[in-house]
Amino acid sequence: MTFTVQIKVMPLKELLDPQGKAVMGGLQNLGLTNVEDVRIGKNITLQVNADSAEKAKQIAEDASKKLLSNPVMEYFEVSVN
Amino acid sequence: MKFGVVVFPGSNCDRDMYDALHHDLGQEVTMLWHKDKDLSRFSTEDCIVLPGGFSYGDYLRCGAIARFSPMMQSVIDFAKAGGKVFGVCNGFQILCESHLLPGALLRNSHQQFVCRNVHITNETDKVFQIPVAHGEGRYYADEKLLDQLEDNGQVIFYYCDENGHVAPGSNPNGSLRHIAGICNADRNVFGMMPHPERACSSVLGNTDGRQIIKTLLMAEQLVG
Repeated sequence: MTFTVQIKVMPLKELLDPQGKAVMGGLQNLGLTNVEDVRIGKNITLQVNADSAEKAKQIAEDASKKLLSNPVMEYFEVSVN
Repeated sequence: MKFGVVVFPGSNCDRDMYDALHHDLGQEVTMLWHKDKDLSRFSTEDCIVLPGGFSYGDYLRCGAIARFSPMMQSVIDFAKAGGKVFGVCNGFQILCESHLLPGALLRNSHQQFVCRNVHITNETDKVFQIPVAHGEGRYYADEKLLDQLEDNGQVIFYYCDENGHVAPGSNPNGSLRHIAGICNADRNVFGMMPHPERACSSVLGNTDGRQIIKTLLMAEQLVG
């Protein structure tokens, strides 16, 4: 069976995110002053062939640990649709 | 000793590195293609260089995909056997992604690509003027690791002003503790963001890079 797995990769909360900071400045210039913080990460979609959703999730977690994220600077969350 | 310069898709300082090592420093240099993996002609007296550039288009994270190329598997084994490995700019990023060096290189704090001459210094207090050219050069590691690097003398270069004073105003990317380059605990793997290979030819008006390459890689007594 093929499962669609979404992986969210975000910069660690304690790290400065210059991209988010730049976008924050843009939003403020637009007058959207209610926005208090912006952080930008990545969304990665995998099509995974596996016997179960649980197995697909494990495969995606393995991929995230080995290549798709770097624990020194990022954390990730996996969800199977 | 011999040098090998790895060429990844997207490397763009590989020829500069070859020119600096071969023409300016008179060394034997072989170019190594990323899809090959044969390092049998190199001994642990030799040095493999990972040049600057944008390997694999900097996709995913700088250096992340290069880590899994066939040649990098051999380079990792070579480093673990005690061979010298030197990474400049994108090469430094690849070394961190490969876990041959600790920490990571993040997007510059001011969000801009920075391309200019900077000054760097080491524990001998000598000041070198060397160009940087990067968008992701902000060295990051947790406090414990930073302390450990400094206590072990593994920080090989700090950003400084022209008089050798390490100060925030001379840091081009916001790197923690103004770190410009580090080595591993065994002192055979070196990474730095500035480009010494761009400062080796007298016609370019700056030969400070020669001394960096000679001291780090070609002398028995290493920096620090």
